[in-house]
Amino acid sequence: MAEIEIKGVGKTFRAFTALHSIDLTINDQEFVVLLGASGCGKTTLLRIIAGLEVPTTGEVWIGGRRVDRLPPRARGISMVFQNYAVFPHLTVFENIAFGLRMQRLPKPEVVRRVTRTAELMHIEQLLKRYSGQLSGGQRQRVAVARALAMEPDVILMDEPLSNLDALLRLEMRAELKGVLAASKTTTIYVTHDQVEAMSLADRIAVMHGGDIVQADRPVEVYRNPAARFVGSFIGNPPMNFLPARALGEGRWQVAGHDFVGPRSAAPQIEFAIRPEDLHPAEHGLVAEVRVVEPLGPHTLVTATVAGVMLRAVLESTLVVAPGDHLSLAPVADRIRWFDPETQKAIT
Amino acid sequence: MSKTTVHHAGNRLFLAAVVLACVWVLVPIYLLLINALSAPAEVTGFPKWFWPSFDLASIRFFLGFKGVTAALWSSVQVAVLTMVMAIGTGAPAGYALARFDFPGKQVFRFLVVMTRAFPLPLLALPLAVLFIRVGLDDTVLGLALVHTTLALPFAVLITYSLFSGIPYELEEAALTLGCNRVQAFFKVVMPLAAPGIAASAVFAFVVSWNEVFAAAVLTIEHRTLTAFLLQSLDVSPLPLKFAGGAALVVPALVFIFAVRKYLFAMWGIANR
Amino acid sequence: MPRLLPYLLLAPATAFLCLFFLYPFSLVAIDSLTRDGTWSLANFERMAGHWKFGPTLRNTLLLAAIVVPLQLTLALLMASMVTRLDRARGMVLYIFAIPLGISDLAAGLVWLAIFEQSGFLNSALSGLGLIDTPQLFLGYQSKGVIFTAVVLTELWRATAIMMVILVAGMGLIPKEYGEAAEVFGASRWQRFRRITLPLLKPSLQTALILRVIMAFEVFAVVLALGGTNLPVLMSETYNWQFTMQERGVAAAYAMVILAISVGFTVLILRLLHVPKEARP
Repeated sequence: MAEIEIKGVGKTFRAFTALHSIDLTINDQEFVVLLGASGCGKTTLLRIIAGLEVPTTGEVWIGGRRVDRLPPRARGISMVFQNYAVFPHLTVFENIAFGLRMQRLPKPEVVRRVTRTAELMHIEQLLKRYSGQLSGGQRQRVAVARALAMEPDVILMDEPLSNLDALLRLEMRAELKGVLAASKTTTIYVTHDQVEAMSLADRIAVMHGGDIVQADRPVEVYRNPAARFVGSFIGNPPMNFLPARALGEGRWQVAGHDFVGPRSAAPQIEFAIRPEDLHPAEHGLVAEVRVVEPLGPHTLVTATVAGVMLRAVLESTLVVAPGDHLSLAPVADRIRWFDPETQKAIT
Repeated sequence: MSKTTVHHAGNRLFLAAVVLACVWVLVPIYLLLINALSAPAEVTGFPKWFWPSFDLASIRFFLGFKGVTAALWSSVQVAVLTMVMAIGTGAPAGYALARFDFPGKQVFRFLVVMTRAFPLPLLALPLAVLFIRVGLDDTVLGLALVHTTLALPFAVLITYSLFSGIPYELEEAALTLGCNRVQAFFKVVMPLAAPGIAASAVFAFVVSWNEVFAAAVLTIEHRTLTAFLLQSLDVSPLPLKFAGGAALVVPALVFIFAVRKYLFAMWGIANR
Repeated sequence: MPRLLPYLLLAPATAFLCLFFLYPFSLVAIDSLTRDGTWSLANFERMAGHWKFGPTLRNTLLLAAIVVPLQLTLALLMASMVTRLDRARGMVLYIFAIPLGISDLAAGLVWLAIFEQSGFLNSALSGLGLIDTPQLFLGYQSKGVIFTAVVLTELWRATAIMMVILVAGMGLIPKEYGEAAEVFGASRWQRFRRITLPLLKPSLQTALILRVIMAFEVFAVVLALGGTNLPVLMSETYNWQFTMQERGVAAAYAMVILAISVGFTVLILRLLHVPKEARP
């Protein structure tokens, strides 16, 4: 039961500014993912919320209480670490019980909670083992169980799946989503993996260069990127960008074609389209095919349009070879426009 | 000759070299032990037999010699004090170096590493005078202070590498699970670092146990075993020397065996 | 993190080193440069003017010049052996490391058991029928033998420390480098010479510095084997402090030891310098 408010939080390490001035409100029971490339400040922000890092400026409020000067233990949070941080000198049972013993809970309650969370994470048969006897996936489960056993107001997760192999990651992702939804705990989850972010989040906060560029529902972030960076970071392959020259009256010329766009005074803006929103059509952008990659369900085509590289995800039935010319038409209501000066979306 | 025979011959040569090197290390110790475990008459007799007679007379003579038991006791006291002081001051410093980034860190590291370029036993010369002034002359504590200076840089560097090897994440996890800093240290870091800290304590003990020059300079009445043996070198009979030598060597064998797993933790860090 | 915590943790060690390392060394320096309360070079003149100073300095430097290179070779050999072993590696390493825990005095006594008149060398030689009566190896006429005995003892005693540092250093060199060189046709010797040795430089540096400084501190080994027949810098320092009761001259000797120790440290650091970018 906790809402989190981050007000003007900034962090500077000596000469390096990791966070500028972050404002973010996370609702009770919401699952928010902080998404960004390494060095964007997402982990720093998480650690500030956890109390492992002191912000240089700003305030952090959890459940209506200002916590930014409190130690981690006084914040009602628990955390899952990237390398799991399962204590190697304690058994799985003692690891999960660690926080409960620190709270001096009565023994039967400790046993009850450890057993319950262990069952929840399917590790009840590992309780007597030590960390060294566990696989990476099992350690991951112990780390999550240890955090859940605390029954915290907020769970913080720092790239919890990044050290697992691809298949295990897929399995754990689905399981985490179920377990966390059932626990009704507010969750902040840091990752650099956009698929993970899309699949888990109620809301994604995309971070870049120490700022939150956009915080919105996954579909919104994907469909309506608020900034050029979001479009180029999310989506695989990412959004295509082509220069657009002003023709006046909200009309723009893109690779020899006229499009209706925003009314902007700028002489040149950027036209953007997702690769799956390009389709072969008679009067489209003329593209010279460079590379063809059949991926099974569809074919990825890399081509140049008026000298600019562009990717299109096309039907796998399409027969196409390098050197061919394709005419690709964008789906009209999926076209987005960006200001090259501010890098922001123009509507 | 086929390739495999060349290989075999090479292997045999290699094994022979390893055995030879082991013999080179072990045989001199064995010879000293023969002397220690033979009767005084056999020790001074000639020629010698290469097998001990297991006569404890030399050792009894050594232990009964005036001043020996007192010297042994002094050695133990100084070494234990050195161990406690070196780890007590060195381990916190090692922890600070491993965990924090702060202005002045490089200055401290330089100070520690610099001690290596100095012949530390020479410290005993000025301290001998200084100790008379403050009443520490010829005391166990005075000598232990000098030995601590010898052992401290090692204690700092060894514990630094030990603590660096324990992920900070574990401590942070403890912090998020309800510990304060002190609790996190004692509940998580200490149990993991304890064997290594014990090894470096043993190492500090050995440094003090073996030190000769400062001990000889700083003690007169309360001589340690090394100082006692050194100062009676030209007057003491051979059986006393060899039994005394054995008394110095045997603990060393045990100590090195006890810390063998940590030899690299101690010296591998030497590169930084 | 409380900002003062690291300084609090460093305070005891720093205070200790200042009080018992920096301060005493400045006292030695002052002692060596003053006589009867005034600044003077009299102590150094007295030291250098004494007939024993020349032989003392020569003995110490010669000993270091012979022992250290031999020891480096031996340590490299032993370290390579340990690295190549897979079975019994732990045991061999323990045996090789034993002298690490043995004091110089004990080592001197160990080798005294071999070289003294009724010792094992004489016993072996007479057993083989090579001599009729036991020889006096360590007498004052036979400085050459004493010197050799000291060299052997030092080789035996202090190779371990270099060996352990080098084994640790070799462990840090990824196997792939050697394998890559092998693929490109390098022989075992070439791989050692061109891959292992250059990458081992930082460890060599540490090992050499520690060892060279130990060589200038040589003391109890010499006393145990040669008594006063083979004066070295440390034993002369001890003599001036106690037998002659001239602390100023002892301090001057200390300054000489200090100067050559620091000088050689700087020299080794220079010669084996590895730029940060070129470290493995």
